[in-house]
Amino acid sequence: MTIRYSKDHEYISVDGDVGTIGITDYAQNALGDVVFVELPSVGKAITKGGEAAVVESVKAASEVFSPASGTVVEVNSDLEATPSTVNEDPAGKGWFIKIKLSNPSELDELMDDAAYQDFLKTL
Amino acid sequence: MRYLPLTDVERGDMLAKVGAAHIDELFADVPHELRLKAPLDLPRRKTELDVERALARLSNRNLPAAAVSFFVGCGAYKHHIPATVDHLIQRSEFLTAYTPYQPEISQGTLQTLFEFQTQVAALTAMDVANASMYDGSTGTAEAVLMAHRITKRRKAILSGGLHPQYGDVVRTLSHMASDDVVSMPADIRADEDIIAEIDDATSCVVVQTPDVFGNLRDLTKIAEAAHAKGALLIAVFTEVISLGLIKPPGEMGADIVVGEGQSIGNALSFGGPYVGLFATRSKYVRQMPGRLCGETVDADGKRGFVLTLSTREQHIRRDKATSNICTNSGLCCLAFTIHMTLLGQTGLRRLARANHANAVALAEMLQGIPGVELLNKAYFNEFTLRVKGNAAAVIEKMAARDVLGGVPFSRLAPHSGYDDLIIVANTEVNTDEDRIAFVSALKGTL
Amino acid sequence: MLNSQGRPTRAGAASEKAHETFTGNHALQLEEALIFETGRLEVTGVDIDEPLPFTSALGGLERTSEIGLPGLSEPETMRHYVRLSQKNYAIDSGIYPLGSCTMKHNPRLNERLARLPGFADVHPLQPQSTAQGALAVIADLAHWLMTLTNMPAVAMSPKAGAHGELCGMMAIKAAIAAKGEGATRNVVLVPESAHGTNPATAALIGFQVRAIPAREDGTVDPVQVQAALGPEVAAIMLTNPNTCGLFEKDIVEIARVVHDAGAYFYCDGANFTAIVGKVRPGDLGIDAMHINLHKTFSTPHGGGGPGAGPVVLSDRLAPFAPVPFVLREGSWLRLVEHAEGEESFGRMTAFHGQMGMFVRALAYMLSHGSDGLKQASEDAVLNANYIRASLADLMSLPFGNRPCMHEALFDDVWLKDTGITTLDFAKAMIDEGYHPMTMYFPLVVHGAMLIEPTESESKASLDLFIATLRDLALSARNGETERFTNAPHFAPRRRLDETRAARQPILKWTPPQPVAQAAE
Repeated sequence: MTIRYSKDHEYISVDGDVGTIGITDYAQNALGDVVFVELPSVGKAITKGGEAAVVESVKAASEVFSPASGTVVEVNSDLEATPSTVNEDPAGKGWFIKIKLSNPSELDELMDDAAYQDFLKTL
Repeated sequence: MRYLPLTDVERGDMLAKVGAAHIDELFADVPHELRLKAPLDLPRRKTELDVERALARLSNRNLPAAAVSFFVGCGAYKHHIPATVDHLIQRSEFLTAYTPYQPEISQGTLQTLFEFQTQVAALTAMDVANASMYDGSTGTAEAVLMAHRITKRRKAILSGGLHPQYGDVVRTLSHMASDDVVSMPADIRADEDIIAEIDDATSCVVVQTPDVFGNLRDLTKIAEAAHAKGALLIAVFTEVISLGLIKPPGEMGADIVVGEGQSIGNALSFGGPYVGLFATRSKYVRQMPGRLCGETVDADGKRGFVLTLSTREQHIRRDKATSNICTNSGLCCLAFTIHMTLLGQTGLRRLARANHANAVALAEMLQGIPGVELLNKAYFNEFTLRVKGNAAAVIEKMAARDVLGGVPFSRLAPHSGYDDLIIVANTEVNTDEDRIAFVSALKGTL
Repeated sequence: MLNSQGRPTRAGAASEKAHETFTGNHALQLEEALIFETGRLEVTGVDIDEPLPFTSALGGLERTSEIGLPGLSEPETMRHYVRLSQKNYAIDSGIYPLGSCTMKHNPRLNERLARLPGFADVHPLQPQSTAQGALAVIADLAHWLMTLTNMPAVAMSPKAGAHGELCGMMAIKAAIAAKGEGATRNVVLVPESAHGTNPATAALIGFQVRAIPAREDGTVDPVQVQAALGPEVAAIMLTNPNTCGLFEKDIVEIARVVHDAGAYFYCDGANFTAIVGKVRPGDLGIDAMHINLHKTFSTPHGGGGPGAGPVVLSDRLAPFAPVPFVLREGSWLRLVEHAEGEESFGRMTAFHGQMGMFVRALAYMLSHGSDGLKQASEDAVLNANYIRASLADLMSLPFGNRPCMHEALFDDVWLKDTGITTLDFAKAMIDEGYHPMTMYFPLVVHGAMLIEPTESESKASLDLFIATLRDLALSARNGETERFTNAPHFAPRRRLDETRAARQPILKWTPPQPVAQAAE
C-alpha cells in the first residue's frame, strides 16, 4: 500500500488500482470541528485537482481536491451520521471516497510521507 | 445637532490626538478636484418639529384603510394588530439590536427566532422553517432555485393562480440565471391542467393556495404527479391566516412551502417591510436559503440558541452559497411571532373563521345582483367578482364613495385579457356597515 | 422597644461567594422558557368574537389536524418578550463597534413617523389617487439619494443590501445583453477583500467570479484591474471606501480602465456613510451602487432586519431599471408597475419596496439636512481615527498607522504567542459590557478586527471604549489567558456549542417524548 500527500493536505492511500482519499491530521486540525461532509455520487468521474468532496466546519466550508484522477467507486456514508470521525481518525475511519485510478502515474507528482512531514515544517 | 454628541472643542482635541490640523486631512485619498466644496442642492437641517410637519403633510395625502370600507387584498391584508405587538417591537433591545452573531448577548433575538421557526413549521405542517425571507415573492424565487439545486433540473412550472407579481419575480430571476419557466395562463376558476405540463425536465411546480383569485386548491394530486416525475411541489400562500382554517400544504405533499406572513403582526405599510415564511422537509434543510436558528447548550450546560448551518450562507460559501441573502426580516419576524403567541392555535382558528364568515356574508349579499358574478366555488377570505364594465373604472367609482372595493386583476396583469375582474378581500375588520356600503357602492357603478 | 429593621449594611462587609438560586435567575437577570413550555393550547391573548353560524365555503379543504401551537394571555406575553429583550445587547444600550455595519443611533422620531396611519395603514394596491403622499415619499427619498450620489436614476424596490447588489448586477447583465454581448461577457472581477454577498450575487446570475488581489496597502491596483480585464469581463464589483476602511484612491482610474474595456463598475455602497456630503460616487465613475438604508441612513437593525437597498444607476444602466418606479407627471405622481416596451429587466419583488424604511430614512435625511449629513460623515471618520490613533501602540495595524476612513482595521499579529485569538479577545469584550467588533473580516487580513464607532458615539464613550481595549490588550500581552479563553463569564449565556448545533441541528421545539413506563 502506498500513501501520498498533496500540498492541499489530502492523502491518497493506494491499494492496487483503488485509492482511498481523505484529509490529513493537519487539515482536520486547521478546519476545526467538522459538522458536515458533502460526498459525490458513486460513478462520478473526478480529475486530479477537481472537487472530491466538501467539508464543512462551523465557520468554514472547504473543498477537498482529489490528488488523482479516477472514478468514484465508494463513499464513506458513515460520515453523514458522524462527521466528527474526520477529526478523530482522519487517516483511518475518516476517509472520504475511494476511486479507481485512471492514471496511476499521477501519484509520482505527490509527496511521500517524509516529504509531507518536511512540507509541514515550512508552514 | 441632536444626533451628534461631539462638541467643537472635542473635535479639536480629537484631531490633535490624531495629528491632523483639519478634518479634510483625513479625506486625503479622495481626489482633490472631486471633493464637494459647495453644499448640495438639498435642504439644510431641520428640527424634529419641522420634520414632523413635513412628513405629516405627506401622510395626510394618503387615504388610510381604517378611514374607509376596505376590501383590498391580493398579497397584503388589513388585519387588527394588538397593541401589545407594536409596543414590544419598539423595545430598544429588539429594535436596535444587530444580527445575533454574538449569541451570548443575543439570546433574546435568538430565542424568538427559534419560536418563530417552530410556529411556521407547525402552521405549514412541514418539518423545518427558516428565520424568514424578505417577503413571499422573493421567497418564492428562492424556493425555485432551491428546487433546481435539489433536482439538478432547471425548469419551473408556475400555476395560473400564482400572484402575477410573484410570477414576475420568479421569471426575472430565472431569466437572469438562464433557467426555464413555463407560466400557465391566468386560471380564474382553478381548473387548469397543470399536471399535463410536468415532464422529466421539470424541477418544480409552483402552485398558490388560496390563489390570487381566492380559489382554494387541493395540491395532493399535483404533488403525486410531480414526485412521479422526480419534481418537487412548491406551495405558495399570500394570506397566512388561511392556515388557521384550511388544510396546510404540508399535508398535501408539498416539498417546499413559501408565503407571505404580513397578515400576522405587520402593518400594510404600502407594500413593505413584510416577512417571507419558508419551510421544507428535513431532508432538504441544507439546501434551504436564509438564516437558521438552532438549539444548543453553553459552557455551563444551559440551553441556548445560535445561528447555525451558516456554511450555506454567503459570508462563508461566497460564490458557492445557496443564495446571496444577508438580512432576514428581523423585526417583522418578531412582530409575527409575538402576534402568533398572543393568538395561539385557538385564537388563530377563531380569527380565520371570522375572516371566512365575513367573506361568506359578503358573497351572500352579492348573490343575485345583475352584472355581478362570483367566480369562486371554494374560497377563504378572498374571492373574485366578474363585473359588467371595466373593473378598474368600477374600483375608481367605488373609491369616490369611500369604499376601496378590491383590486382589479388588470392592475396585476394588464395583458391577461381579463379587464372585468375584481378581487375582493374580507377580513375580521369588515363590519356589516362595510358590506352594506360595498354593495351599495358597487351597485352604484353598474 | 427599638423597632429593629433587619441587618444594617456596611461597605466592605463582604459576603461569601454567591450561591446558586432555586430559579436559576440572578436578580434582574431572568431565565425564560419557550412559549411552547409555558403556553397552553386553549389559551389566547386576543379576544375575537366567534362568528354567528354560517355555511362554510371551504370546498372540503378544511384543516382537520391540530396546529399544535399554544397561546399566552396578554400579561404572560408581555413578560415573555420583555424578559427575552433583556438578554439582548442593543445600540440603545451601548456601542456596537462593528466594522462595515454602521450601527449608528436609530432616531425615535423615525418610529413615530413611520407609524402615522397615512403611511402605515395604506395598501400598496389601493388606487394611486389615494396614495400620492406615499409616492411622494418614494420620489423625495429617490431625489435625496440621486443628489447625494450625483446619479441620474435610482431603483427603489430592493429589500436589502444584498438584494440591491442583485438588482445592480441584473441591470448590468441586461445592459450587456442589449449590446449583444451576453454570451461573451460572463466574468465579474471581485477583490479578495470583498464581502461575501458580492461573489454570491454574481454567481447567482451566472457570472464567473475572478478574484483581484489587494495591494500592500489594502487598496486595489488599477494595473491589476487592467491585467484582469478582457472582452469576457462584464463588470468589476468594488466597495468604496473598501472593506479595510480605506478610500480606494485610484477609483477614478479603475473606473476609466473598466469602461474602456467595455465593462461596468458596480460599487458596493455599504461604507457610504464615510463620504456622504464629501464626495459623490457618481463623480468617481460608478455605474451602480446600492445604499444600505439600515446602515448609512439610520433605519433600525431590528435584530437582523428589515433592511432596504435602493440602487443608484448611471445613464448607461438607467433604461434597464426594474419596475416599479415613480414618474412625475406635473403635480401627479404615477407608479409604473409594468414595463411597456421598455428595456426594464423585470421585477425584484412584489409591491413597491420597503416603504416603512423609506419614511424612516427620509426623516433622518430631513433631520440632518445636507449640512448635517456631511458633519455626520466627518464625525464618523474622526471617531474611527481617534480610536486608531489611541490603540496603534498596542494593537497591530496591517497597513501601518495611517489615516483610515470610518473604520479602523487591526489584525492579530500583536496577539502572536499569547495563546489568545481574535475570537477570545472579542469574547472578553463582552464581559466588559461591549459588543465585539467585526472579526475575521475582511478575509485578506489575518485575525481581522474591524472597528467602526459611527458618529453617534460621544467622546466620553470612545474614551472608555479605548481605555477598556487598552486594558484588555495589556492583559492579553501579559499572558492572562483565563480572562479571555473562557470568556464571556458574565453574559446571560457562556460560550455556546456551535459544533453541536451544526452536527445535530435542532431547528424547532418538539414535545418531549413521554417517559416509557418501566415494565415491572
